[in-house]
Amino acid sequence: MIRVVLPAHLRTLARIDGDVEIELEGPVTQRAILDAVEGRYPMLRGTIRDHVTLRRRPFVRFFACAQDLSHEAPDTPLPDAVAQGVEPFMIIGAMAGG
Amino acid sequence: MSGVRVLVGTRKGAFILTADGKREQWDVSGPHFAGWEMYHLKGSSVDPNRLYASQSSGWFGQTIQRSDDGGKTWEPVGNEFVYDGVPGTHQWYDGTQHPWEFARVWHLEPSLTDADTVYAGVEDAALFRSTDAGKTWQELSGLRRHPSGPSWQPGAGGMCLHTILLDPSNPDRIFIAISAAGAFRTDDGGQTWKPINHGLRSQGIPDEEAEVGHCVHRIAMHPERPNVLFMQKHWDIMRSDDAGDSWHEVSGNLPSDFGFPIAVHAHEPETVYVVPIKSDSEHFPPEGKLRVYRSRTGGNEWEALTHGLPQTDCYVNVLRDAMAVDSLDSCGIYFGTTGGQVYASADGGDTWSAIVRDLPSVLSVEVQTLP
Repeated sequence: MIRVVLPAHLRTLARIDGDVEIELEGPVTQRAILDAVEGRYPMLRGTIRDHVTLRRRPFVRFFACAQDLSHEAPDTPLPDAVAQGVEPFMIIGAMAGG
Repeated sequence: MSGVRVLVGTRKGAFILTADGKREQWDVSGPHFAGWEMYHLKGSSVDPNRLYASQSSGWFGQTIQRSDDGGKTWEPVGNEFVYDGVPGTHQWYDGTQHPWEFARVWHLEPSLTDADTVYAGVEDAALFRSTDAGKTWQELSGLRRHPSGPSWQPGAGGMCLHTILLDPSNPDRIFIAISAAGAFRTDDGGQTWKPINHGLRSQGIPDEEAEVGHCVHRIAMHPERPNVLFMQKHWDIMRSDDAGDSWHEVSGNLPSDFGFPIAVHAHEPETVYVVPIKSDSEHFPPEGKLRVYRSRTGGNEWEALTHGLPQTDCYVNVLRDAMAVDSLDSCGIYFGTTGGQVYASADGGDTWSAIVRDLPSVLSVEVQTLP
């Protein structure tokens, strides 16, 4: 079971209480996780990555295992600890006010 | 008993203000979508319980929300705004070419005949339409593909399509306005468009009377007289009596003819309201006095409406989508400020009072007159 942590505003938008838990078949990558999350919560399409290019939105970051994985290629396998559900995959809204 | 529902979009959420027809006691609901920029909310005239809202965020982009119960509950609907074909480029602030990029929805305009059809004016300037209650959006790309498109340039707030006026007498006619390209009209349901800026004069562009390039801030019409348009341009109040084919200035005796919103009285097509702002760099009322100006002569002769509005040390702005009128027998006027006040007048502007004083900065105000 893979755990995905969403920013509070996206949890509110998708009416999610707590973390998202997903099962994946095949390699555990950013793309696979985001595809699964967006498949379950279609209202999140376009909020984390662009609808068309699927590029991460500039003020969104991906963290796991105390690393910033935002600039990893979307098909790069994520750390084993994420794949095994020991550590969450964290989708973060950048620390910025306004 | 009849009543009103005022839909307020702010920089940090939406608020819904309701009152009966007396408009004295108000119920305030919100913040809805707390923390998000709510550029605009508007209800369908076909089904007043059908509301559409533009919700956006610098972090998470654009979402459209829809309510089918007058704003009690909301559902996120479609947020995929993809330009038709290869979008091409427009002028950037420095005059170089810049790719067309979707940023946000500035304005939502529900159809006058079908509650499931709604138009969206977006930044970078384009017009989209949904015919399935906001689930999917298609660009009416004839506008953006106008030959002048590559010369369009953003205003200070972005290159936004902020005004959509549907002609009640002609379903094929739509007026739109873009900062800072100008006003356009279609007479074939959005397939082709023509600039309607003849008569506008704008200092600061190479040809002051150019076909496009004018920073139109807002256009208003009375629904029973759709060929008469009133415009608040960057500077100048303008009037057209021929559906935009030609314009003439009606700024008259205003203390400043810079401003953003403009509105027409619900029952008096020659009664027009503006909020003069000192200048394009000093976005606050002249002399620190918040004054709505009313013309009962279709322009040129304006009177200050001050009763109940702050007349000392007031330095707020009123944005282009932040003024609206109801259609009760005694026409109500509403506007919101960047200081978070929403003012209402139930007597056509003679007297004003604040419904709320301390909201986040107000981006938009719309009002529904309820049976």
